[in-house]
Amino acid sequence: MSVRRLAQVQPASFEFKPATLKRIGEVSTHFPEGRQQSAVIQALWLVQKQEGWVSEPAIRAVAELLAMPAIRVLEVATFYTMFMLEPVGEVALVQVCGTTPCQTRGSEAILAVCQRKFGPANHRSKDGKFYWQEVECMGACANAPMAAINDYYYEDLTPESFEKLLDDFAAGKKPKPGSSIGRQGSAPQGAPITLTDVTLYDGSLAKKFKIPNLPEKPSKTKASA
Amino acid sequence: MVGLLADKDRIFLNIYGQRDWGLEGAKQRGAWNGTKDIVAQTPEWICDQIKASGLRGRGGAGFGTGLKWTFMPKQESERPHYLLVNADESEPGACKDRDILRNDPHLLIEGCLIACKAMRAHSAYIYIRGEYVHERERLLVAINQAYDAKLIGKGNVHGWDCDVRVTHGGGAYICGDETALMESFEGKKGQPRLKPPFPAGAGIYGCPTTVNNVETIAVVGTILRRGADWFAGFGTEKSTGTKLFAGSGHLNKPCVVEDAVGISVRQLIEDHFGGVRGGWGNLKAVIPGGISVRMIPAEQCDEAVMTYEDLQARGSGLGTGTMIVFDKDADLVKAIARASYFYKHESCGQCTPCREGTGWMWRVMERMVTGEAEMSEIDLLLDVASQVEGHTICGLGDAAAWPIQGLFRHFRHEVEERITLYRAGKPHVQGHSLQAAE
Repeated sequence: MSVRRLAQVQPASFEFKPATLKRIGEVSTHFPEGRQQSAVIQALWLVQKQEGWVSEPAIRAVAELLAMPAIRVLEVATFYTMFMLEPVGEVALVQVCGTTPCQTRGSEAILAVCQRKFGPANHRSKDGKFYWQEVECMGACANAPMAAINDYYYEDLTPESFEKLLDDFAAGKKPKPGSSIGRQGSAPQGAPITLTDVTLYDGSLAKKFKIPNLPEKPSKTKASA
Repeated sequence: MVGLLADKDRIFLNIYGQRDWGLEGAKQRGAWNGTKDIVAQTPEWICDQIKASGLRGRGGAGFGTGLKWTFMPKQESERPHYLLVNADESEPGACKDRDILRNDPHLLIEGCLIACKAMRAHSAYIYIRGEYVHERERLLVAINQAYDAKLIGKGNVHGWDCDVRVTHGGGAYICGDETALMESFEGKKGQPRLKPPFPAGAGIYGCPTTVNNVETIAVVGTILRRGADWFAGFGTEKSTGTKLFAGSGHLNKPCVVEDAVGISVRQLIEDHFGGVRGGWGNLKAVIPGGISVRMIPAEQCDEAVMTYEDLQARGSGLGTGTMIVFDKDADLVKAIARASYFYKHESCGQCTPCREGTGWMWRVMERMVTGEAEMSEIDLLLDVASQVEGHTICGLGDAAAWPIQGLFRHFRHEVEERITLYRAGKPHVQGHSLQAAE
């Protein structure tokens, strides 16, 4: 378990921006009547997108919006580690994956870059621009080591390419997410060795055909639609 | 041809995203082709075909998919049926569902429709892990395309009303467990539920629910298009079909690739992953199915094949089919200690053996890495691991114990050497650190 507490210093109030409110309204219609609580994780995430972090007044506002007890929202906000409970960097939130697959491919050197540039983990850097942390497996192991910066994945990092990436962010640029060594998604480096058969892509698979193994007389469904 | 599978037999034709992932591109590659004829069949026919194909759940447990679908009630009642797609891919090593979500989303959406028909459901929810922001954006666009083309939704062209919605998590590995997933879906902490009741009886909102992995659902359309016997023609009797494999760790060319189940570990590594760093002789161990299965040492990797039964016989498992490879320079103790930290971090805190045990095991493992531990602590650690295993509501306790057991089964001598080396030349204070541990 990771112990997570709300920040000591909290803002006095929280206001939803109209776009946030609209999107929360949309997603809560995806669930059956009276089950709006199901939208709480999405709502908290939208709050985090708006403010950069989740504050105590925001938790109360979400509770009110979704007609939930505030303690239930607080539970969710502290349970799920994606919710940042204190203000993060103005420029970037840097999350470096440190779990075994990334570790075997050199994430320790990537973490060391953050340590050197920004100081201790889980704190804002001195200039307030960056906030970094080591996170658990992000699910991009074939492109290890990787870091998520402001939600998007930067993959196949080396300490040098990572440092350049951070410098670009600091300079106000928005580097393109993806592989830093030019790989196409999770394809092997270099020329493709599978999916090279061009006849797969000439539209022949879209032609009309008969489904195999159909019953003798296609039976109508018994269950009512 | 590399591997066992020809390009024409691959299901995921855009797994690397080199082509159009949208509706038009997907249709060109055969998605949504003949779906109407499939959906016109009875749920029984669909379940029978999937059973005949031998498809087993691709999320790790490997339960028969067709059989699982038949557990749903045979009659619709006032309690609606739900399909919940588990896209909470967080197993260290696993990165295959991500490529389906971002590069072949229409296969997944089509699979949702077919699976919904098979279990008489009209709602499918895809629960995607929170960190997959880019993947979620892609999936949402693809779903909107399908709605606009009337492929899904109310009154769609396929004649079976089916809503497909996306929801997401907040970065908790535990939500990959199906009951924790349902709790999280309902907007609560992701703490697993006791079974029974099983999800097919009482799942989300107390209604019949089936939870399936992304890959399981995404292959359904192609299996039915090409026939169950085509799919069953790959692999072995108990492990059929094609599957996405992934490689990470000390490989020359780590990647995700689709191949036939039953490919040997060696061929998978050498054909697809560019070989082990420093050559096959430099291999030390492989964790074949995501970090929560036990590792197999190099000497077994020559014969080991990627099937459920072969890897199980080796005390490991196919799991998600996503391997982590270690070469001779790797510090396995450190790698497993890091895995222990992962489990400590991700334990939901509900069951005492796991909440306390994962932290305890991690702390001892850290001392094993440096060699500070006592020799007797090895057996103590294994004893604790075996007491965490099987004594928790969900499988996270087991998953935390297995990597440690795998390490000591094959590489106990390394830890012992490390402890001996640490002690050499130091004054011997027996029992000192042991007291600290207790």
